[in-house]
Amino acid sequence: MNTVSNFDLFAPRLADKNEYFSQGHRACQGCGEALAVRLICKALGEDTIISNATGCMEIVSSMYPNTAWGVPWIHVAFENAAAVGSGVEAGLKALRRKGRIPDRYIKCVAMAGDGGTMDIGLQALSGAMERGHDLLFVCLDNEAYMNTGIQRSSGTPMGASTTTSPAGKFSYGQKTWKKNVPEIMVAHRVPYVATACPSYPIDLMNKVKKAREVKGPSYIHCFSVCPTGWRAASDLTVSLGRLAVETGMFPLYEVEDGKYSFTIQPEELRPVEDYLKHQGRFRHLTSETIAMIQDGIYQEINNLQDKVDNLHSWSELKQKKG
Amino acid sequence: MKKEKKWPEAWHEVNVGAMVFEPCSAREYHTGSWKARRPVWDNTRCIKCGLCYIFCPEGCISQNEEGFFEADLNYCKGCGICAHECWPKAITMQEE
Amino acid sequence: MAKRVGMEVAIAAAEAVGMCNVDVAACYPITPQSHIAEHLSDIVADGRSDTEYITVESEHSAISAVMGASGTGARAYTATSSQGLMLMHEILPIVSAMRLPICIAVANRAVSGPLNILNDHSDIMPQRDAGWIVMFTENGQEAVDMSIQSFKIAEREDVMLPVAVNIDGFQLTHMVEPIEFPDQKDVNKFLPPARKPYATLHPDKVVTMGAFAMSDIFSEMMKAKNEVLKNSKKAILEVWDEWERMFGRRYRPIETHRTDDAEVLLVTMGSMGETAEIAVDEMRDKGVPVGLVKIRLWRPFPFEEFKDAVKKAKLLIVTDRAVSFGGPGGPVFSEIKSALYHEKNRPVICDYIIGLGGRDVAVSDFVTMMEQAIKDNEKDTIKEYEFYGVTE
Repeated sequence: MNTVSNFDLFAPRLADKNEYFSQGHRACQGCGEALAVRLICKALGEDTIISNATGCMEIVSSMYPNTAWGVPWIHVAFENAAAVGSGVEAGLKALRRKGRIPDRYIKCVAMAGDGGTMDIGLQALSGAMERGHDLLFVCLDNEAYMNTGIQRSSGTPMGASTTTSPAGKFSYGQKTWKKNVPEIMVAHRVPYVATACPSYPIDLMNKVKKAREVKGPSYIHCFSVCPTGWRAASDLTVSLGRLAVETGMFPLYEVEDGKYSFTIQPEELRPVEDYLKHQGRFRHLTSETIAMIQDGIYQEINNLQDKVDNLHSWSELKQKKG
Repeated sequence: MKKEKKWPEAWHEVNVGAMVFEPCSAREYHTGSWKARRPVWDNTRCIKCGLCYIFCPEGCISQNEEGFFEADLNYCKGCGICAHECWPKAITMQEE
Repeated sequence: MAKRVGMEVAIAAAEAVGMCNVDVAACYPITPQSHIAEHLSDIVADGRSDTEYITVESEHSAISAVMGASGTGARAYTATSSQGLMLMHEILPIVSAMRLPICIAVANRAVSGPLNILNDHSDIMPQRDAGWIVMFTENGQEAVDMSIQSFKIAEREDVMLPVAVNIDGFQLTHMVEPIEFPDQKDVNKFLPPARKPYATLHPDKVVTMGAFAMSDIFSEMMKAKNEVLKNSKKAILEVWDEWERMFGRRYRPIETHRTDDAEVLLVTMGSMGETAEIAVDEMRDKGVPVGLVKIRLWRPFPFEEFKDAVKKAKLLIVTDRAVSFGGPGGPVFSEIKSALYHEKNRPVICDYIIGLGGRDVAVSDFVTMMEQAIKDNEKDTIKEYEFYGVTE
């Protein structure tokens, strides 16, 4: 029985009725990333400019001569969403100051997949966050380079089989744990860092709204279920996202001014098999590898709990003596 | 005033910088032809929670005048998320 | 009243950009561009130019950031050299495809390897096909004038293309030269402080920039890109005419020196043109009727003007400051041969590859090149191309 204890029954009334990511986009059936983008755009509203990296969302939405975007949108290349976003932010700032555009706050948002954020995009992301641009960076993490054919990225979870980390006689798939980019963002002193999942749509939209309010850099790492790449049934997208949270595979938390807190915390973690068993990319796992993954999850969650319990916000640290 | 352009456009008709000036023009493409199954609502079970509307990756589910929900079959890809997530099991996926 | 000062050319170029009301600049330091980047940030820090200066973390991000800024309608600028330009290489064709009027100063420096921080043209040559307008400066005055002109050219609605202004690194950027700066009010008349963009990223008029194209329309887009670049020559000439009217200095795609009665012509591009002029004068003093053709506009290539300049020539001595390895010698040589291929009376064309990695080319070197080429041509032993002055 899937619980949605945090879900507000009046959800549709809280969400912007407009579709800024319109129907007619060419994402796969049941695409979790398209769902995430749709909800994120509702939370952002129309006064938004999106700088998008090359990837699934860019390809499915922008085949000339059509576009699925209802907000201003620019795509340049794969690794520079954050750099383009920095330029958009600086351009708006200059033009607004010089009175060449209306004096109205427009939010700059950069969007990229896990590849365009954590791998090839990491430099630009780090630069943009360090420079303190008023830019929200959203990582849409479907855990591999999906658009080019499901190759592994540093966001691929341990044990997953991808086309460049395939399961075989001598390999159990991806050998390393998912790179912790939210942690890297916290180290950049980004004022608002959060993880989100469209299976918890209100949580996601609230986080986007919070990030939107930050007059400085912010980062949201959004879990994007990919039925095609993960070899799962297309109707399981939302429930897989939920299972990822309930098993601790993808914890939902936010870090405000350096202070950690869980936003959705299951009373007790479900065993990770409940999440893995629905996905073909994990089908080859033995009980040893599953145990290894389970250990890894406990490590991550306990580490996170440690931070929630012990770390202070940067503002508090100013006042604390000795 | 939008000039109707034939497809493919002549080289001198292509938009400057290949920009697209009509937002959400992707709606011209009816992805509904992709589906193998379609969602069917049983309004006697529907509690009008709106979850199906929220969870549709296409955003093609909308509320009618009576407050019940239905999918725009021009765009519905038949993924089945709405049926799977519907708590009262008001939605079933039926073969096309 | 325009003021005339002695100034380091890189500093002067930054001063010129500082007069253009640039909205956003993003520079990443690299020798020998760094003086341009540094002085521009000084100008901004002192409030002499109201510019958002983004200290990006790489050249790739520099060009990306100015693209984003240009997309919002801002006037955007960056500068680089060598490896930095090579790092931007991925993005350069995208800028011109998206018709964003960015201006860039390239302080020409040799491309690695091995690493060499000194001047040659191997950095700009690989960017030849990117669809940008590319011009070369010869001295400090031109660096200033063409920096200001580049914004006007780029932003014209019949152009809307990025412009690269090449300034030879160290050999020009770090020289102190006499430069006449136009008055700010005249610059404002020539180049209105506010850019008038064709389309902008703004919710009031929603646009999608950077859509992808399938093969059924891609070729049409490439032809459109080619036509736009070709036709921009007309706009460039108009801008140069206006500059001449306002400031008295005349710029042409091809400049000539004593070519009227010369059957032997030397061809240069960039700052070495000044040295070559002196060499031509020396040859003339010796009674050898030679002339000099200087290429200022590299892209779009000024076929008409070039053919006109060399129509009476029987021998063209081209100098190149870059090599197309394993290919037909230098890129300028290759382009000129191609430009003249269909001419009824084609001159003999030979190529000297000179000045690589900052190697100095003196007046006497140009004289030697001309004398050798003339002699070899008479004996019909002329080599297609050779590396001049290489220790054998």
